[in-house]
Amino acid sequence: MMMQTEYIEELHKDDALPSETKDADDGFVLNIDNLKVYFELRKRAFQHAGFVRAVDGVDLQLKRGETIAIVGESGCGKTSLMKTILRINKPTGGTIQFDGEIINDFKKNELKDLRLKIGYVQQDPYGALAPFMDVQTILEEPLKINGVTDREERIQRVRQVLEEVRMTPVDDFLRKFPHQLSGGQQQRVVIARAMILNPILLVADEPVSMLDASVRVEILKLLRALQEEHNLAVIYITHDLATVRYFSEYIFVMYAGQVIEKAPEAQLINETAHPYTHALLAATSDPDPKNVDEFQEVPAGEPPSLVTPPAGCRFHPRCEKIIQGLCDIERPPEFDLGNRHSVACWLFKDRPALREYSGVSE
Amino acid sequence: MAKDKSYMHKEAIEAAKEKALLMSKMTDTTHKTGDVRHDLLLSIKDLRLHFETIRGPVQAVDGVNFDLVTNKAVVVVGESGCGKSSLAKAVLRLLPRNVAHYSGQVVLRDEDTMALSDEEYRERVRWVRMSMVPQAAMNSLNPVLRVGDQVAEPMIVHFGMKKEDAMQQAALMFRNVGVPVDFLTRYPFELSGGMRQRVAIAMSLITGPDLVILDEPTSALDVLTQANIFNLLKRIKANLDTSFILITHDISTSSELADIVAVMYAGQIVEVCESHRFFTVPRHPYSAKLMASVPRLREREEPEFILGTPPSLINPPTGCRFKDRCEKRFEKCEQEPPTYRFGDDSVKCWLYEGKSEE
Repeated sequence: MMMQTEYIEELHKDDALPSETKDADDGFVLNIDNLKVYFELRKRAFQHAGFVRAVDGVDLQLKRGETIAIVGESGCGKTSLMKTILRINKPTGGTIQFDGEIINDFKKNELKDLRLKIGYVQQDPYGALAPFMDVQTILEEPLKINGVTDREERIQRVRQVLEEVRMTPVDDFLRKFPHQLSGGQQQRVVIARAMILNPILLVADEPVSMLDASVRVEILKLLRALQEEHNLAVIYITHDLATVRYFSEYIFVMYAGQVIEKAPEAQLINETAHPYTHALLAATSDPDPKNVDEFQEVPAGEPPSLVTPPAGCRFHPRCEKIIQGLCDIERPPEFDLGNRHSVACWLFKDRPALREYSGVSE
Repeated sequence: MAKDKSYMHKEAIEAAKEKALLMSKMTDTTHKTGDVRHDLLLSIKDLRLHFETIRGPVQAVDGVNFDLVTNKAVVVVGESGCGKSSLAKAVLRLLPRNVAHYSGQVVLRDEDTMALSDEEYRERVRWVRMSMVPQAAMNSLNPVLRVGDQVAEPMIVHFGMKKEDAMQQAALMFRNVGVPVDFLTRYPFELSGGMRQRVAIAMSLITGPDLVILDEPTSALDVLTQANIFNLLKRIKANLDTSFILITHDISTSSELADIVAVMYAGQIVEVCESHRFFTVPRHPYSAKLMASVPRLREREEPEFILGTPPSLINPPTGCRFKDRCEKRFEKCEQEPPTYRFGDDSVKCWLYEGKSEE
């Protein structure tokens, strides 16, 4: 008789088959094209009162074994993007192709299979774990839901995954409740839960922002090791550029619902192109005693409202290098800078455009 | 007696008004020019704060000593649960109900505030000479009161100022910290996180205190907002005589304000160090580990993490409290290390036995 966890792996293989034929074309685990996620605003429950354009025209491709980071301030749409990949939100426009299938209009049973293949690591580990369940119950839950009825087998898998997240000796932790664990250990349980169904994509939403500095690095290294062991595709969402470097090769910078710069990590830091990325980097401090002697450069103003975003480039009201008559009218296309580095900024208009955004943006 | 009080208040009101006016003329400098007074402002001696719990007393603050001079910022860093926030509460005497033990000296300009009764302390020290920006300040505003009223309240409560005058003072403070004055009549939920944080800072500065305690002032904010807040704090420090105690676990951003760094571990201060030295070569092995764990943007070194977890504060280990996680431990570490002094710096570690420069 086939073990049921093996059955889940088998299921993955079956799913992988049709996509492998498509792999020949693109090889992407995730292929997002011009994704738009709008939330409708209503006045007095019925009247339409505009949209919150949380994600507005985002392209993203991700291969197996790749790690990308999405960096941006709160309210820039990075969490909405992630929730749409998990299909918690429904896309308003554009397509999301996951593992060879377009998931825009998945029904409930299809979504169950989809979420089997995507692991999700939440931001606040304490909030993400049910306080009345012990570690074993928490980790058994996804297996139960996905039809592993044999208790012995479930426990075996729980032990295996706890060892993978380096919570050893396992017996010390199985019967503990979340409040008895330290922040780092809680986050390990969350990671174990995300990994227990052998996902092919892991989405980590600010996995270390709630943790102590000394534990952050430990958790990031663990995620990195898991990624390598299982050849996972990982999306790491964060606002902290300093931690990105140790984890992802490729960085997307988001501002007001749009991706404004994409580059390999070293390229982004050494050859920063977009004025907003410049500002983000300048505001990220390293522990340096000279910091007290100078002010940090910060662009004036605050991120725009996503209900009525500025026309043209969304950063133009705060940008010092604004080209009047261009930046404030037309949305900049994505210009290619070579070495997989591209930027949506009119300062680079002499470079070849990778993608045009038709017409004047609304 | 009552007459006396109003006289004192008049003086305090004038001083606060003067400071606010001074703030409105702030120049863009990070350092004071000309003569700078650095006289002793605060001296904490053997401060202890233990909490009562079912499992026994938690020794959250256990024998803390340090001095602070005027117009300097001391940063208290440490992992969560090391007693940083309890230290702030102990200094400001904002105690919860389950206090088991509270002792030591908090000397503010020659006056031992521990000797004052609660009422005297409330009247003369808290928010008059020392104030605080609490942790998650953006959520600590009262959601059902307009922010202007909340900022003006200390002036009314402590100095008996008239409401209209207090509102005027609040408007001036709003301008000083970079909040539009028409926000006075708004409710907290109508403000962004950064604006709420500025309001909390305005509230802490309105009475013109000598010392402001900032408990994790920017940990919930975005990097750009964070940079803005630190620019504001730098400007205030350079233009007024205010001193700061900044409590944080974020070593990178703490370097934006720190003159002195105090490292806290398991309820004790293990190192006090001038910031230039601390951010290059800290003395205590724990400080070194802490510095090595910081992810850096501009350097290529891999950060390391500190093995193990901080000890429980209910039954802290005897001897050096860091010894179980320390690579440099030796036999002596079984005994409690004394504090060795290096000028104004100090370190609590046996490695420095016989090396101190008094």
